[in-house]
Amino acid sequence: MPDPGLIMYEEEFKQIDAELHRLHQQANAKVTFLVDKNGQLISAVGETDNLDTTSLASLTAGNIAATGGMAKLLGEKDFSILFHEGERDNIHISLIGRIILVVIFDQRSSLGLVRLRVKKSVEILSQILQRILQKVDQAKAPTGSGGAPKEQAKSPFSEITEDDIEKLFG
Amino acid sequence: MSFINYSAREINCKIVFYGPGLGGKTTNLQYIYKKTNPDSKGKMISLATESERTLFFDFLPLALGNIKGFKVRFHLYTVPGQVFYDASRKLILKGVDGVVFVADSQAERMEADIESMDNLRKNLQEQGYNLDNLPFVIQYNKRDLPSAVSMDELNQALNPKGVPCFEAVAPQGQGVFETLKEIAKQVILEIKKGS
Repeated sequence: MPDPGLIMYEEEFKQIDAELHRLHQQANAKVTFLVDKNGQLISAVGETDNLDTTSLASLTAGNIAATGGMAKLLGEKDFSILFHEGERDNIHISLIGRIILVVIFDQRSSLGLVRLRVKKSVEILSQILQRILQKVDQAKAPTGSGGAPKEQAKSPFSEITEDDIEKLFG
Repeated sequence: MSFINYSAREINCKIVFYGPGLGGKTTNLQYIYKKTNPDSKGKMISLATESERTLFFDFLPLALGNIKGFKVRFHLYTVPGQVFYDASRKLILKGVDGVVFVADSQAERMEADIESMDNLRKNLQEQGYNLDNLPFVIQYNKRDLPSAVSMDELNQALNPKGVPCFEAVAPQGQGVFETLKEIAKQVILEIKKGS
């Protein structure tokens, strides 16, 4: 398969969450969130109570996919930054490998400040992402090449039965 | 592909409804949306033209319940069926965990069904997937229409491998949840295999 499933472990999740909190504060943003390129929300921080983050995540990924398609037609690899300006709220989107960082902000902040703070966060988030990928690779490698991380060893999914699936549909 | 979050104890899977234009992909999602408990669904998003033809995709997030303490979420997508939206269809297939092919049973749409099935296989291949190795279900929709072709004939044209298939009348919900259940089952069993 071309695109192995993303697996998020507790340790890296906390680091990502901390970085999103830091960015949220330093960029004076309303919301910061991280989405997988396939549209799965990874984490969201800030004023998310009245926000449909699941839909927002899916549309963000659709947006990145569509502009990525446009980029390829022009011979570009990707458009790594997108910015949408509204009357009250604005959205800044940046691509970090296979994940997408989104910052929503209003007049309490500015595009310049957001761009500056995002730049730093992109570096930190790329490092965390790198570590996750290494961990997943290690876990998938045959035994004897470094050992699987603890979480992988006790994967709960190996014991799923048809009964469990039946129950989902009540 | 699926996203497993050990921290939030969630599994997220992406299921794509594929098929020819006006075959009933969006209607499937609308019926699922209508009949699902409000607690377990998110908002349904439709990126459609003014005449309600799908322009980019429809999206419906569903949280069906828990398995082994993990919340299982399905993200259902449809693709635009019209031939000239091929670039969009390719994008939506990215990261897919399972495919439902919604075929139009009417004799006059047989050619469109076959063309769309070939297009699905080709678009998956371009991204390194093989349809034969992916969770896959076929739904023969519009069984109530007078020009509906027999199941044997449809299977011969569209289902040479004999994957699970269902008869449906999507606006009335016939066959809709049966299809969803089968693809969900296959996707979860695939995650089990990978673990």
